[in-house]
Amino acid sequence: MNLIFRYMKPHFPRMVVGFMVKFSGTVMDLLLPWILAYIIDEVVPEADIARVVQWGLVMVVCAFIAVLGNVTANRMASSVARDSMRVLRNDTFTAIMNLSCGQVDNFSQSTLISRMTSDTYNIHQIMNSMQRMGVRAPILLIGGIIVTMTLDPVLSAILASTLPFLAIVVIYVAKKGIPLYNTHQKASDVMIGRVRESITGIRVIKALSKGDYERERFENINLDVVEKEKKAGITMALTNPVMNFLLNVGWVMIIFVGAVRVNAGLTAPGKIIAFLTYFTIILNAMLSITRLFVMFSRAGSSAERIEEILQARSDIKNQDTNDNKSCDESLPYIVFDNVSFSYNGNVDNLSDISFSLEKGQKLGIIGATGSGKTTIINLLMRFYDVSSGKIFIDGKDIRDYDVGVLREKFGAVFQNDIIFEDSVSENIKLGRNITDENMKKAAKASCIDSHISQMDEGYDSFLAIRGNNLSGGQKQRMLISRAIAGNPEILVLDDSSSALDYKTDAAIRKNIDEMGKNTTTIIVAQRVSSVLDCDKIIVIDEGRIAACGNHDKLLKTCAIYARISSLQSGITQ
Amino acid sequence: MAKTGADMFRMGPKIAKGTSAEEIYKNSRSINKKGTILRLSKYLMRYKYLMAAALFLSIAGNVFALIGPKLSGQAIDAITGTGQVDFKKVTHYCILMAIFYIASSVMSYILSVLMIHITQKCVYQMRKDVYDSLMKLPVSYFDKHQTGEILSRISYDIDTVNTSLSTDLVQILTSVITVVGSFFMMLSISPMLILIFVVTIPLSFLITKFITGKTRPLFRERSAALGRLNGFVEEMIGGHKTIKAYHREENTINKFKENNDDAVKCYYEAEYFGSMTGPCVNFVNNLSLACISVFGAVLYIGAKISIGDISSFVLYSRKFSGPINEAANVLNEFQSAIAAAERVFRLIDEPKEPVDKPDAVSLSNVEGKVDFDNVSFGYVRDKIILKDISLSAKPGQVIAIVGETGAGKTTIINLLMRFYDIASGKISIDDKNYRDYKMSDLRKSFAMVLQDTWLFNGTVYENIAYGNENATRQQVIEAAKAAKIHRYIESLPDGYDTVLTENATNISKGQKQLLTIARAMLLDSSMLILDEATSNVDIVTEADISGAMVKLMKNKTCFVIAHRLSTIQNADRILVVKDGNIVEQGTHQELLDKKQFYYSMYNAQFS
Repeated sequence: MNLIFRYMKPHFPRMVVGFMVKFSGTVMDLLLPWILAYIIDEVVPEADIARVVQWGLVMVVCAFIAVLGNVTANRMASSVARDSMRVLRNDTFTAIMNLSCGQVDNFSQSTLISRMTSDTYNIHQIMNSMQRMGVRAPILLIGGIIVTMTLDPVLSAILASTLPFLAIVVIYVAKKGIPLYNTHQKASDVMIGRVRESITGIRVIKALSKGDYERERFENINLDVVEKEKKAGITMALTNPVMNFLLNVGWVMIIFVGAVRVNAGLTAPGKIIAFLTYFTIILNAMLSITRLFVMFSRAGSSAERIEEILQARSDIKNQDTNDNKSCDESLPYIVFDNVSFSYNGNVDNLSDISFSLEKGQKLGIIGATGSGKTTIINLLMRFYDVSSGKIFIDGKDIRDYDVGVLREKFGAVFQNDIIFEDSVSENIKLGRNITDENMKKAAKASCIDSHISQMDEGYDSFLAIRGNNLSGGQKQRMLISRAIAGNPEILVLDDSSSALDYKTDAAIRKNIDEMGKNTTTIIVAQRVSSVLDCDKIIVIDEGRIAACGNHDKLLKTCAIYARISSLQSGITQ
Repeated sequence: MAKTGADMFRMGPKIAKGTSAEEIYKNSRSINKKGTILRLSKYLMRYKYLMAAALFLSIAGNVFALIGPKLSGQAIDAITGTGQVDFKKVTHYCILMAIFYIASSVMSYILSVLMIHITQKCVYQMRKDVYDSLMKLPVSYFDKHQTGEILSRISYDIDTVNTSLSTDLVQILTSVITVVGSFFMMLSISPMLILIFVVTIPLSFLITKFITGKTRPLFRERSAALGRLNGFVEEMIGGHKTIKAYHREENTINKFKENNDDAVKCYYEAEYFGSMTGPCVNFVNNLSLACISVFGAVLYIGAKISIGDISSFVLYSRKFSGPINEAANVLNEFQSAIAAAERVFRLIDEPKEPVDKPDAVSLSNVEGKVDFDNVSFGYVRDKIILKDISLSAKPGQVIAIVGETGAGKTTIINLLMRFYDIASGKISIDDKNYRDYKMSDLRKSFAMVLQDTWLFNGTVYENIAYGNENATRQQVIEAAKAAKIHRYIESLPDGYDTVLTENATNISKGQKQLLTIARAMLLDSSMLILDEATSNVDIVTEADISGAMVKLMKNKTCFVIAHRLSTIQNADRILVVKDGNIVEQGTHQELLDKKQFYYSMYNAQFS
């Protein structure tokens, strides 16, 4: 909850003005029944029609002030909520962008998305209603009780005595109903998950003719959801009848006690009428307050989830650029020195990795899925920090670089890399200072230029979300042009050719070789053909370097490599 | 292949804009509305007696509640002044009030419970109908419709209908009874005072019309802006690593700020007008209160009405204006429920897969002879993808299909399984048109391993045995062993009983594929389809399971699609597909000798 107040604080003066405007508007609402009672009890007995009309006009004026005040105050409240929300969302998104990859893994992308979308939305709503109902309802409740006290303290006490009952019912329903709704929500999520599963597997279900079986499975879940919703609904359905019941019993008591008091000369009939109206107002205010509490509790957990993001500091510590740690120029361009790493801190995913690479050389990394190839890239680009050992680029520990400077050396294509919902040129340039000429050069080198020029608007054509209007191979070629367009010092291609046929793959590799002699290239692949012309190939097996050398050497010395190679070349060799 | 369908879907709304298509859509909608309501009521009418009870309860409950204010007025009239109160009357009326109000509250509770029961029954039935329909829809439907869209039919839309049925129906009935009832009650109290509403009701209509007119486009804009923002967030969080790799954080944050500005601004504008409703409704109420006070007082002075009458009138006027102020809201909700119901019904009514012919024969003891005779096909009618394809496979032969991405390899498989119907030509199995067989028999005669593996939320065991309920545990384990996945399964916390969940990150793509291979091994089918079946399995494992694959393929007619040409060199026949045509066919050696397309593909891979 602190979070909400913290972000609203800068707008405090505006909120105070808003509260005051709201206050005057709400007081006017409260005044009206009082005037009604006054007319009936004081003015009418004098039979002075002019005064009745006078007081009537006062009521109309009050009504106008009320509507103006409340509308203005609501508008101010919305603007405060808008301005607080803008900053809160920007801060949260910035925080997410600054998280390290490890932190993103820990949070998981889907919770980050839901925190960014539905949680901020919840908070936006509570910011609005808090200022609106949160001010109005207490004023109506307390003000209403005060006004009724001045009218008739005894009747007021009767009215107040029903409130605890109301509170009990509301608390009971909330306590029982909210958990019931939560279980219903969960069941409903399970149901949606099941349907999603059926849709994605529709071919398999049809191929195996399992439609009836799936229908049965769905039926059980459907029943479960319906049962749970029924339970929750029936509990919640209690609120309105009980509210009405209390309201009406209160009315009866007020009339009866009022009759006694009028008979004793302690009160007047007009006041009873005013009471009936106040009672309605007060009960409604109570109901708003309880609703506010429910919203608060929901927003509270949202706020907590956002606070977690805001508090998370990137665990990749950035080094000042000024820090001129000595460069050891005798070192090769890229050096892995006894690097070990573990994602979860228990089991090592990489152990004792050591290798070096000269500028302009080509490195191939090959190995089975899950052997740790991508992890090497993740460490080199400092998405994660090594557990032990050191990595040097250009004679300097990568932890001594400014992260931005370090990463700008790279051009990279990852497994499952992403195409943004934007134009082709924006996807290749990615907001960097890249000339159109260089962009096209990159597209040509990655064999996608001809496809792009066939598209309706060439380089300005729009790509669908996740590149859905491209084939797998086109996507990979687009990503490769992105990586090479910036003329990177180090080019990383992590399994970037799995959807390419061998011919295109070979052509692209040739083009890349011709593009820059100074570019150091790292290719992660499953195919021997993708790495066979590399200056150095390392074979990774279960997190360790099983062998290192060029193609010919490995063929002779490394059994795993020889096996992979012979399997891929089939019987022709 | 799913792409073309999806593309068309994406283009759809774009084209429809600005053309008369929108008009047509509107017209057809208004025609459908009646039908939709009728159909919805059919769901309800299955519970005739319950509905009748609900109707009775809501009428009785509301009428009882309406009598209250009148009684309270009479009680107040008995309170004339100091020492003159007629306690007998007051008590009489108070007790009556209490009885009526209690009865009304009890009835309204019973009514709510009853309505929840009825609507939940309807919702259950609707969901079942939707799901049944989903199971019967052709695969092409799922190409054209995004999963999220279908899911929102079965969850969000049905929920909307549900809320509307359980609350709006009662609300509308209550409103009508209350408005009519209060009107007559007020009329009976004072026909003069009722003239006040001549002023206030048009006023409240104007105000709500103004507000809804303003807010509706604003709310639409607001959800659109929020949708854009959410889409952006989803995309950027998904691309987190890429953004970091290219050091585009700053850039992305700035783009986000633009989107966010837009979203909060739209929220603000919609909220601003939306939040006017409450105070404005209050204003009209206050205005009528002022009018009633003044004119009531004047009439009282003229001895036309009593104080109790004024009191009752005030209470009735609140009851009276309540539903009128709410009418716009309720109608809106009801309308959106009708629209939701219509979407649900449309899904239920989607054309299903063709039913088996009445004289369809069952397909057992398949030999496995497959013939394509001049088959043409396109996912979109006027965009033919496969042109005049002819091929024939003898029982037990291995047919490999090779070609570049998008050449139409998977399409041939889709036709074989009858996921789509061919545009022209003929496909026969064992020399009989495949449409003459029962669909389920036809499909069961194939076993299939695809590139996109599908595992469901269940145990490993259930997933392997999915296609063969009669498989024994021993057989399942044998299959897993043959697919070289047994050791991995044993390493899982609960072995074969480990539940695979949607976000089971500990299982790799390759392992998933091995599980589906094990699944296929349990099927007793005479034909086999392998569509990039080992594309995610690393090469060493692939070699390890090659023996099992050979066994799996033994005595079956096999259709194999593979990128790695090494895997298909032993095929009896290799078909080379290019742009929807079979450009070459023959054995590996024959095609190499031809030195054409296959030859160049092969050399590219192994040079």
